[in-house]
Amino acid sequence: MELKSILATDCGSTTTKAILIEKEGDEYRLKFRGEAPTTVEAPFEDVTKGVLNAVMEVEELSGRKLLDGDNIITPQKGDVGVDVYVSTSSAGGGLQMMVAGVVKTMTGESAERAALGAGSIVMDVMASNDGRMPHEKISRIRQLRPDMILLSGGIDGGTISHVVELSEMIAAANPRPRLGTGYKLPVIYAGNNKAQKNIEQTLSEKTDLTIVENIRPVLEVENLGPSRDKIHDLFMEHVMAQAPGYKKLMSWTDAPIMPTPGAVGSLIEMIAREDNITVVGVDIGGATTDIFSVFQGIFNRTVSANLGMSYSVCNVLAEAGMDNVLRWVPIEIDRAELNNRIGNKMIRPTTVPQSLQELIIEQAIAREALRLSFIQHKEFAVALKGVQTERTISDAFEQSGSGASLVDMMELDLLVGSGGVLSHAPRREQAARMLIDAFMPTGITQLAVDSIFMMPQLGVLANIDKKDLKDNARKAAVEVFKNDCLIRLGTCVAPVGKSKPGKIVLTSEITLPDGNIVKHELKTGELIKIDAPFEPMNAKLIPGRNIDIGAGKGEVINTKIYGGQVGIILDGRGRPLELPEDEGDRIAKLQEWSQVVNEYPEFKK
Amino acid sequence: MAHAYTPGLKVLHETKVIKERRLPLKGDVLKKKGEQVSPDEIVAKTDLPGNVQMVNIANLLNIDAADIADYVKIEKGGSFNKGDVIAETKGLFGLFKSKVPAPVSGSLESFSEITGQAVLREAPIPVEMDAYISGKVNEIIPEEGVHIETDAAFIQGIFGIGGESRGDIKVIVKSREEEITNDMLDASMAGKVIIGGSHISLATYKKAISLKIAAIVVGGFNYSDLKPILGYTLGVAITGSEDLITSLIVTEGFGKINMGHRTFDLLKQYDGNFVSVNGATQIRAGVIRPEIVIPLKKVSGKHKDIDTSTGITNGSLIRVIRAPYFGKMGRVVSLPNELQKMESETMVRVAEVEIDGNKMVVPRANLEMVETD
Repeated sequence: MELKSILATDCGSTTTKAILIEKEGDEYRLKFRGEAPTTVEAPFEDVTKGVLNAVMEVEELSGRKLLDGDNIITPQKGDVGVDVYVSTSSAGGGLQMMVAGVVKTMTGESAERAALGAGSIVMDVMASNDGRMPHEKISRIRQLRPDMILLSGGIDGGTISHVVELSEMIAAANPRPRLGTGYKLPVIYAGNNKAQKNIEQTLSEKTDLTIVENIRPVLEVENLGPSRDKIHDLFMEHVMAQAPGYKKLMSWTDAPIMPTPGAVGSLIEMIAREDNITVVGVDIGGATTDIFSVFQGIFNRTVSANLGMSYSVCNVLAEAGMDNVLRWVPIEIDRAELNNRIGNKMIRPTTVPQSLQELIIEQAIAREALRLSFIQHKEFAVALKGVQTERTISDAFEQSGSGASLVDMMELDLLVGSGGVLSHAPRREQAARMLIDAFMPTGITQLAVDSIFMMPQLGVLANIDKKDLKDNARKAAVEVFKNDCLIRLGTCVAPVGKSKPGKIVLTSEITLPDGNIVKHELKTGELIKIDAPFEPMNAKLIPGRNIDIGAGKGEVINTKIYGGQVGIILDGRGRPLELPEDEGDRIAKLQEWSQVVNEYPEFKK
Repeated sequence: MAHAYTPGLKVLHETKVIKERRLPLKGDVLKKKGEQVSPDEIVAKTDLPGNVQMVNIANLLNIDAADIADYVKIEKGGSFNKGDVIAETKGLFGLFKSKVPAPVSGSLESFSEITGQAVLREAPIPVEMDAYISGKVNEIIPEEGVHIETDAAFIQGIFGIGGESRGDIKVIVKSREEEITNDMLDASMAGKVIIGGSHISLATYKKAISLKIAAIVVGGFNYSDLKPILGYTLGVAITGSEDLITSLIVTEGFGKINMGHRTFDLLKQYDGNFVSVNGATQIRAGVIRPEIVIPLKKVSGKHKDIDTSTGITNGSLIRVIRAPYFGKMGRVVSLPNELQKMESETMVRVAEVEIDGNKMVVPRANLEMVETD
């Protein structure tokens, strides 16, 4: 079926956002967007009211009739209605899960990966070897009241007793679901197939048990798909169906409603696959920061539940420490006063920085929130643990073994940022600096931000399963993602290797679209910004001796490079970045870098 | 007329306060609809299921898990005291028996022939729910709790720690600008709700705790002073479950900030009255702010709740809640439609406000409506 128009909403915990996509010639483009406060909580207690309000705004802006009373008109007839309506949701706290596995770093970790990949918040990982006494685990389950539990453990045909023991603890806790009282807690079993009968005996009466294929059928293989799909099904059938208004919303949509981060993750996974690139995506919100990555074709997602820019801003301060936040602030500031200011942002989370000083502080905190979230991500996005690898004598000197991080910054092709502090930074240069300072990309990395955070809607669109819609829906998702969703900031080129201050680490020759060739010599500790648009340009990158730009120490790279709204940033500051210890010197250096990039031109020294 | 929705804190002279008092699990409701209650009266009670202990009997007796039923001495559901033998081996001619004593008193919930574990459940934990405020039961939630209604003056703070508390109000400062200092507190204030002005230091708050003062209500408090009290850095503003003798309610924010004059005047008006307070704060979707409920015996009817559903409009009384004008109060002069560029270069919707006779432009998001009657 040809898709002429698509309406998609994302019901967030505070705002419901609607977008209208239309086919223009042969291409899909974002046409209008609208938003309205989410109406899950009292006094409204019906999510569809917020959806209708957001759609009404799109209706007003587009001049196109989309609603017939309280119904979305589908399919499109003439100029009225849309062909498809889809939605994601993270309202009501999103999907909160607890996972369990026999060995914490093996099946426990696989279960956590499946739950995170499906878009849930993992409240706790319980394992036979997590060091807690059984009664401690039981009281933890009772106290947490998750929406759902994913139980795994043992390879197929392996040990039975450990995973059955875990199921006994779940049964003993007899947990009640967080939402609603009239239904049993959904439990998914994805462990040793030989234990299925015993698990049924233990859990089928007290919980709503579903059995799927083993998440780790053998040590060397992780099989996350069946668990992830089942989590999505149960999320809709049980969890969301308890939230006010969702039954009605489910009856409107042409595809199942997905948890917001699950949709974003699946979009990033799809883009990485289609373009054959490595991607890191980040969404920094008020309460949490989500990071998605695809390296070596493997998708990972982590949620840093208490690293955010408003509700949990004080936690960023607590975890990073005041010194780490202050190292990004190019002005002198009273520490006690800064403490209270950040505290006040936490208790009044919806405020915005009016003065430049407030903005600078907020962007310094964002760097630390992103940096800490990325550390957590790198620790989690690892190769499977417990897998035996054949080692030769040459490997004996390298102790990486199993469980090494998949994240390799030199391999990273595209870094995408989203969330208020990045997407709505008054200057794109500020977003680029925040991404570079927090993630410290090495080699050649493209930078982008999601203009209005429409990745959730595009993600659910890309997941439409109906045969006649599937292909066009995916095409629409990819085209809108590339044309309208991403704002290309440019490319960061960061050489790596030891070098003395003032020495040349990189010589670059870039042929701009007008044919001009610009040459730069980048010295240690320097930043250079080259204005260039988002077009392919020939670049010759010559690193210094012992310096690597991606092809090995001292190896020259001839490649195509892209600019963007900011341009190309040559970063000679080294990895890891070392700032001067003396406060005066540090502030002077920060001001110098800011000036080069045109980050805070209004700033008076 | 232009308007904007900005959530505000309530400072109400007369309103109807309805409090839901609900058990965490189903239980017994002890009051009837229409009954008058006082704050300490129990309105509902229940028993929480006891804690669970697991004992691996098969391991302790060195037997096969599949044979566990032959060794367990207690029937499923049967009860026992701590130290009672719950399982034992037959031994040799009745001698040399291995025994498993119960680690706690309780009942046997189940045992497993796969893992050899026995699940022991301790005695139920009784939970009682009091009325919190004086008033009338106006609704019963069957088996779960009640709604209590009262006419009251009602004040919300911005942030608090410590849960529910109550006592007589005692205003100990002369003005809303004055700080509560160490020398102002003495033993006669035990069990009272102390009202201060702009600030209380950590040392003075600690003295309040040692004097068993019921609660402190004050304009500001230092964020960094929370850690020594809570024992951890408060990363997310979700409080109320702390075990504190003295609840703390901050009406304005972190730092030294004068208490809003409407808040101060209203509290002063009821100096000596009995109040219920709750420091519990939750700043997430479904926000909970700390509160002070002053039940009224008589209602004048002079004060009418203002309609806040339309948000701030021209003339609304507002408070600025972020630098550079943080804490200042004024009135809205106009709400221009167009986005305006701030010093930070952020493009925002703004309000033109008049503060102390000066006109200034502030992002609407940085204004808080003062809901008063």
